[in-house]
Amino acid sequence: MVDALKKEDGFHTEEMVLNMGPQHPSTHGVLRFEVYTDGEVMRKAVADIGYLHRGIEKIAEKVGWHGFMPYTDRIDYVAAMTANQGYACAVEKLAGIVVPKRAEYLRVIAAELNRISSHLIAVGALGLDMGAATPFVHALRERETINDLLESLCGARLTYNYVRIGGVSYDLPEGFIARTIAFLDHFKPIVDEFNRLITDNKIFRERLEGVAVVSIDEAISYGLCGANLRGSGLKFDIRKDEPYSVYSELDFEVPVGICASGRGGDCFDRYYVRILEMYESIKILYQCFKQIPEGDILADVPRKLRPPKGEAFVRIESARGDMGYWVVSDGTDMPVRVHCRTGSFAAMGIIESLSKGLMIADLVAVIGSFDIVAPEVDR
Amino acid sequence: MQALIDSLVANCSSLQALPVSLVYAAVQALVAVLMFAGFFAPLAAILVFVERRVAGRMQSRVGPNRVGPQGILQSVADGIKLLLKEDIIPDLADKPLFRLAPYLVFLGAFLAFVVIPFSSKIVVADFDVSIFYLLAVESLVVVGVVMSGWASNNKWSLLGGMRAAAQIISYEVPVSMTVLMVVLVTGSMSVQGIIGAQGAWPWEWLIFKSPFTFVAFFILFTGSLAEGNRTPFDIPEAESELVSGYNTEYSGFRFSIFFLAEYANLYLIGSLATILFLGGWQAEPLVKLLGVQESWARHLLEFATYFSKVAALMFVVIQLRWTLPRVRIDQLMSLCWKYLVPACFVNLLAMSLWMIIMASAPAIVPLVISIVMATTGFAAFGYFFMRVKYHLDYAKAEITFNPLS
Repeated sequence: MVDALKKEDGFHTEEMVLNMGPQHPSTHGVLRFEVYTDGEVMRKAVADIGYLHRGIEKIAEKVGWHGFMPYTDRIDYVAAMTANQGYACAVEKLAGIVVPKRAEYLRVIAAELNRISSHLIAVGALGLDMGAATPFVHALRERETINDLLESLCGARLTYNYVRIGGVSYDLPEGFIARTIAFLDHFKPIVDEFNRLITDNKIFRERLEGVAVVSIDEAISYGLCGANLRGSGLKFDIRKDEPYSVYSELDFEVPVGICASGRGGDCFDRYYVRILEMYESIKILYQCFKQIPEGDILADVPRKLRPPKGEAFVRIESARGDMGYWVVSDGTDMPVRVHCRTGSFAAMGIIESLSKGLMIADLVAVIGSFDIVAPEVDR
Repeated sequence: MQALIDSLVANCSSLQALPVSLVYAAVQALVAVLMFAGFFAPLAAILVFVERRVAGRMQSRVGPNRVGPQGILQSVADGIKLLLKEDIIPDLADKPLFRLAPYLVFLGAFLAFVVIPFSSKIVVADFDVSIFYLLAVESLVVVGVVMSGWASNNKWSLLGGMRAAAQIISYEVPVSMTVLMVVLVTGSMSVQGIIGAQGAWPWEWLIFKSPFTFVAFFILFTGSLAEGNRTPFDIPEAESELVSGYNTEYSGFRFSIFFLAEYANLYLIGSLATILFLGGWQAEPLVKLLGVQESWARHLLEFATYFSKVAALMFVVIQLRWTLPRVRIDQLMSLCWKYLVPACFVNLLAMSLWMIIMASAPAIVPLVISIVMATTGFAAFGYFFMRVKYHLDYAKAEITFNPLS
């Protein structure tokens, strides 16, 4: 693999192969990269995935339609609510189950709270990767309150298993709305403070702006999605363009990259889209609490669910972009096939072509700006 | 120092029997040992503790508070833990170099303390070129760092070592240029001479002598931050990129040596700026006010003055570490060679012209300029500390927020 570049005067330089991960402080879990470098400059960084492969899709074929729900938490543990919701939506589409309105609102509330907490980790961890430890701790401090809220809602802080096929497992606990609104009132200025602390920091912006620019065409051809796609400037959000659940009744913007450096689609754009999305999630949550109707939270779904023979594909907007579930039924109580399409997997694919000519320190920025969560890559 | 030893010899008859040079050597060795055991080792421990507590406050958490009252003994516990750790040398490491490297880093940091003064008299050695010596031994660190990076036989360590070499050597240039300017102004290359050329009042400090010395202070501070591998220039040990850089493979006592040297370096960063620009230990008005010109209390006062200045600078360095992200190596290099080095040259030239012009100006003009600059400078520092206080109070309010309560 090492190509020696012989020079006329007898000196030669060699490519250095660095092994980054699977245990490395900034690979966000067990990711591994083979980094081919010339000193500090990378020739390429080849992603080596599979360290966290647990065969989750195969497990689905053994545990039944209802039983797979807790496993979806583990597909994306940073935003487990949306992973729950996507699977539930797919099965509901296949089985033709109509979800009560209140349950849809509860799903959206949980998912948006979870989206905020996921984005907090993403932007905080990017700060940590850039060497600033404090923004990360501030972000986690706020996430802690969201965890408390979601714990009061469903009893779990990370892997929620809140969504059921046909609805959700618990109704809102007493005082949840008031507490969440208190949190949101407090949280919005905190995002502004976070921007003052790190987003507007000159060093931080210099590190991210103009680094790893992805054009819209490139982003589409590599299948990037979610904030990574919008960072490149394409205004595409499943919640807006193919509304599912009750998103069509809610008013929110789809933020895109602001092209601060004049070249849209760099690391900073992808980072800043997440900051802006947190504001939008706050907006959605306020509306949800205003509009949430009374009623059932769970449709009448048999314990032994037997969806009719056929297949269904549903995609929803997870915190890491399109999350698509493809479910196939042969009419029994076990799925024939469940496949999950995730955003991080697509993002891993583009890193190799982006990494050429960047510095090693930039690779960390690229991984962080794509918000890659290792279990979502491998499943 | 010499005067102290002379009076000691004069007062003690049994010492008079010995050769004078032997007494000098013995006393100086004793002072060096005492300085290390009695001052710098505890200082490093306290600095680690303070840094962690400050970081805790900045991050809305508590920091170490379990070992001893308010966690003050945390560093002691950590030190004991480090000493009890297994001393691991990687199999394929270059063993002699691997063992030698920490001591070179340590040596570089601690040899500098030979010329760092405590007060007007208490200093291990003060010779004519001591500021030059300070710069020279500080560069010894880079040898140890490169050595440890190479000998670890780890590519991440090697990258860290290489980064450190490039960084430290590059930033020697602006730091040395700034020192050159100070030498130009004060006409002395000895640490005590430079401090002696300044006064106790802020307007007698070198930093407020002219606009150019003011700029030079910040160049020096930036440069010594980079030389000491502190954030935002901590790229040789960049945790998120290089795991831990050149000291990745070290454990136990050898690692604690690196650790100690790092905090000694922190003190050096503060000391260098204090000596060159902030009037060092000068506390003449206070000494006169209390009427303690001839007693040990004078040295205590001078040391307190010196240390409080260094402590303020160290606090700023710690704050910077927990606020700022890290620059990239190419940005670091361009900052040094494209901005700081040219600025140093311009500064040096401008300061020379300034001195020529001011030599013919009436004596009141430089004084007025200094007072105006000092007032502005202190207003800026005051605003900075108000901001710090505001955010500390604000952070405290955040900790207590809990919508579930």
